[in-house]
Amino acid sequence: MDLRRAASLVPDGATISFGGFTTQRHPMAFVYELIRLGKRDLYLFGHSPGGDWDILIGAGCVKRVELAYEADEAFNTVGPRWRRAVERGRIEWEDYSNFSMVARFTAGAMGIPFMPVRSLLGSDVLAKTALGPKQRRSDPRTSPKKAHVMTSPFNPGERVVLVPAIRTDIAVLHVQKATSQGTVRIEGQTFADVQQALCAQTVIVTAEEIVKEDVLRLEPERNPIPNFAVTHVCHVPFGAHPYAVFNYYDYDPLQLKEYHEEARDDDAFRRYLEKYVSGVKDHAQYLEAVGGRTRLDPLKASPSFGYSPDLKRRRL
Amino acid sequence: MPRPAYTLTELMAVVAAREIRDGEVVFAGTGLPMLGVMLAQRTHAPNCVIIFEAGTVASQLAHLPMSVGDPRAMRRAAAAAGLIEVFSYVLQAGRVDVGFLSGAQVDRFGNINSTSIGRNPRRPSVRFSGSGGACDIACLAKRTVIIAKHEERRFPERVDYITSPGWLEGGTSRGEAGLVRGGPEAMVTTMGVMRFRQKTKAAYLESYHPGLTPGSVAKATGFALETGGAVETPPPTPEELRILRREVDPEGIFLG
Repeated sequence: MDLRRAASLVPDGATISFGGFTTQRHPMAFVYELIRLGKRDLYLFGHSPGGDWDILIGAGCVKRVELAYEADEAFNTVGPRWRRAVERGRIEWEDYSNFSMVARFTAGAMGIPFMPVRSLLGSDVLAKTALGPKQRRSDPRTSPKKAHVMTSPFNPGERVVLVPAIRTDIAVLHVQKATSQGTVRIEGQTFADVQQALCAQTVIVTAEEIVKEDVLRLEPERNPIPNFAVTHVCHVPFGAHPYAVFNYYDYDPLQLKEYHEEARDDDAFRRYLEKYVSGVKDHAQYLEAVGGRTRLDPLKASPSFGYSPDLKRRRL
Repeated sequence: MPRPAYTLTELMAVVAAREIRDGEVVFAGTGLPMLGVMLAQRTHAPNCVIIFEAGTVASQLAHLPMSVGDPRAMRRAAAAAGLIEVFSYVLQAGRVDVGFLSGAQVDRFGNINSTSIGRNPRRPSVRFSGSGGACDIACLAKRTVIIAKHEERRFPERVDYITSPGWLEGGTSRGEAGLVRGGPEAMVTTMGVMRFRQKTKAAYLESYHPGLTPGSVAKATGFALETGGAVETPPPTPEELRILRREVDPEGIFLG
């Protein structure tokens, strides 16, 4: 399916999660399409997103997020647009931890209402809420309660925290290989992609390569998602740029540096959006705008490492 | 005395490495903890194992990752999966010996804030990244080591938000909250190393970095810090520095 058509399937106000983790395998091309299409009031669910959320938040597409972390780690310890949106009161959010968020996705994927974890106890992640009871009660897209502490019915000495299942309208993954029938191959860390996909009604997969069904069926144990759960597949080479895709290409330190510098300032961020997203027609034009092959070729992964061992990436 | 031939980052990486024992399973985040584990593996703890929350187990890193989800974390890993596997089967099940944590504020009981500044969490004046896996590591590792920049405002009497629970209110409060194990063992800061009294769980100064005094460390701490008996932090050895610079971070990513 064409990327624009796939992105058009996301209605305003949809609940959505994106695959990947901080600096790898975010479906960036899809995110850029959402911005070009002017989507509004999205509800995002994630564990450790990065620039995928940051640019969407900055572009004004997001109403509410439930998350554990929003930053690009060593490239920037907090997402600049996320930080500003919170400090200016322009976004609604709720904090969890990585484990509790992936437990929530897992519960949704398993078809159960909640999952017990032994984390969070004693923390303000458990004790405090950023969303008020009214905001929760009035909107079925958010759980009516953040979490619930329970004593084990089998041993009164044991306490667990129940975290509510997540079920989203849409999940979007960016993976290495997929087939037109929805069979998916994730190479390297899977992050929470499998759980995020399986708790969503509609699963859109963008892939570096579309391969023949027979090829992936030679090793079915490496295909982590039932193919009938995948609704749409799009072929999008360099679809995670400026983030990495194991075995395909590295993250792009120059682009990340530019983003994080520009996104600190409102006007500079607007210019960044215009230059790379709203002002270009599609992902092919985006890749030209960032520098085309001259920029992208050095990012290509060495087959023996899965990344680019000679990449220049001194701390930015 | 000539100026010490090492940087503060190098000193902290060496001190962090010394917290790791041979054969341990280490849950590490980006930056200093990665330097510390890689150094420990090349010195006194060749059999320690590094776990990254994004899904890799026992990587043999050839290049420093810039994130725990970096493709570099895949290098010669013994296993690769996702977050739920690492958090539930490895961390929650009690298989992590030591986890490294950091944050914007830390209090005398080793409670850490990496969420926001301001008393009202609904209208913070400064917003940070949020927990990530930090709260989980703080709750579920057998012990934790905290890395922090040592400034008065970063070591307040109480943190604005407990992202990662330490010894909570001190004494037995951590266990009473329902946490089954763990708690902070040390805080490695830009000025020294703090540990926690066995009974009260309040921080005390174990060592101050070369060039400083116990008094100067206490002055830069927002809570009353016990400093009696503190000694100077043993400086890095030439061998530790050589390994850090030549083998661990030859690209100068975190060492600069």
